[in-house]
Parts: sequence; structure tokens; C-alpha cells
Amino acid sequence: MTKLMQWLFVVLLLGAVWTLVTFDLLDLSLPRTYREVAWPMPVYLLVSFGCFSLATVGYRVATFNDCEEAARELQEQIKEAKEDLRKKGLKL
Amino acid sequence: MASRKTPKPNRGNGNKYSVLLPTYNERENLPLIVWLLVKCFGESEYDYEIIVIDDGSPDGTQEVAEQLQKIYGKDKILLRPRAKKLGLGTAYIYGMKHATGNFIVIMDADLSHHPKFIPQFIEKQKEGDYDLVSGTRYKGDGGVYGWDLRRKLISRGANFLSQVLLRPGASDLTGSFRLYKKEVLESLVERCVSKGYVFQMEMIVRARQLNYTVGEVPISFVDRVYGESKLGGNEIVSFVKGLLTLFATT
Repeated sequence: MTKLMQWLFVVLLLGAVWTLVTFDLLDLSLPRTYREVAWPMPVYLLVSFGCFSLATVGYRVATFNDCEEAARELQEQIKEAKEDLRKKGLKL
Repeated sequence: MASRKTPKPNRGNGNKYSVLLPTYNERENLPLIVWLLVKCFGESEYDYEIIVIDDGSPDGTQEVAEQLQKIYGKDKILLRPRAKKLGLGTAYIYGMKHATGNFIVIMDADLSHHPKFIPQFIEKQKEGDYDLVSGTRYKGDGGVYGWDLRRKLISRGANFLSQVLLRPGASDLTGSFRLYKKEVLESLVERCVSKGYVFQMEMIVRARQLNYTVGEVPISFVDRVYGESKLGGNEIVSFVKGLLTLFATT
């Protein structure tokens, strides 16, 4: 099963449950609160996911390591390498 | 300096690591990356070879590679040139054909990947007998140098999207600094069809599909090229297209 199919499966499943509860298709006579809570759920979940995504990406960008030390070390080693290679006979 | 004629005793009990270096116009960087590789492998005493796959670089990369071969020896520096710029996947296949190692290291030749992490990859691989070890910029003390806010935002955003859609079980999907068991790389490369960044993502996704185990090691990525080649709209669009294709087909 591809990832797309997994998503479609879950979306259809949740969609079916939501439709059943919100529109009371099976005449289950569910308490009014169930229907009132279920109705805005899709929008609520989408917005929540959107906020979660923004917060997660924002946090990850803010805590993205800057490798100053690695850059410095590389610069040093480049100098050393050029010198050593020159001695070994490399001609550029 | 002539190369050693007698084989040096090494640790790693018979394992040999072949480093694949696809190059295009890396005349200045190639000697430096080879010097660093020789230094790091020399210090760690693992057995290795470096395979330079040059795609007909017009700047004389191949001549520099030949000089390096004279300096370090034909058993350490192997040259596998190609006539023109072809894909990365085919470069790996071509490079592997004559590789005598049982492990393959893939990395960039522009000094953004530092060979000092290779012994860490090797240790990690032994730890769990991983089929592949991936260098990650996003976990532990991994990171980058030389990226502005925009670049970091795009990187994290793209990675987040990939994680949500593909749930790959690896933190850095587009990274190209990895250690593979040779037979694992062979089986993956022939199955992968994408190009560019997406190719590296597809390798990890297919590895998971085939139940290969993936280990991770934090690495630092030093970007000296970014000033010249910006990440433009075109690349972002083709990335998203590639990601959606993987989403729909794997």
C-alpha cells in the first residue's frame, strides 16, 4: 500500500465516522453534544495541524545548529592541506 | 612520495571502505578532499580506496586527479572518468563496478562534508550492523554553516513536509553523506528513478521498504557554495513534484 493509499484510507474512514455522527445517518439518537462536537472537527483538526506545523518548523529553524567551529577547523585544514600538497609535488 | 608496497596492517577486520567522489569542476576542491580523506583514514587505520568519477569537467579536474594518483598511489586513488555530465545514480553504479571495498561511502566533493565523520559512520555501522548509516544535519549536534534564515526555513520546511508525507524513519532525507553496505547500495540504486535531492530521499524510502536498517550520525555541513548557487523557485518546485511522486508511488 502506498503512502497515498494509506492517507486516503484513513481520511475516508474518519470521514465516514464524522458523517455518520454529524448527520445521524443511522438514527442512533446520539446525545446532541456528540453532534455539536463532531461537526466542526475537520476544520478544528486542520487548523490545529497548521499551528502545530508552524510551531514545529519555527522551533526547528530557531534551534538549527550553526557550525562555526567546523567552518574554522576546515579553513585551518585547507591551509595545512595546500602546504602539504605543494611539498608533495602537486601543481595547480 | 611513493606509495607503500607492503600492505599496512589495519583494524576493521578485513573490511574495506570505498569512497565514491562524483566530481564536476572540482579542480580546487578535489586535492583538499582527498588530502582530508587520506588523513582521516590514515589516523583511523581502516582500509580504504577513493574512486573519483569525473564527468568530463572542462576545468581540468581530471588532470588534478591524475596528479593525486601519482602522489598517493593507484591502489588508493582510482579514476573512473566519464565523457559528460550524467546522473548521480549512474555515477554510483559506474563507480561501484570497480570498487574493491565491501562498504561504500558517498559524499560531496566540495568540502561541505568532512571526512572526519567517516570513522563515526563506521563505528555506528558496527554498533547495530546497519545496512546504511546516514549523516544527519537535523539531530544531535548536527548542523550547518553558511545558511541564512531563508535557506534554513526552506530546509526545515521541506524536511517537515517529507516527514509528514513519507514517515521515513530517518531525520535527514536529502543528505548525501552516507555509508552503505555495497550490496545494499547496488540493490537500491537500480530501483531509484528520481533526480537531484529527491534521489537521496528515494534511496532512504526504498531502503525502508526493503526492510534495510538505517543508523544516523550527526554531521556538520559547511556550505561554501551557497553564495553562488541560490536555492531558487525551480528547484523548490521540482522538489515538491518529486516528493509527491514518491508519496503516490511508495
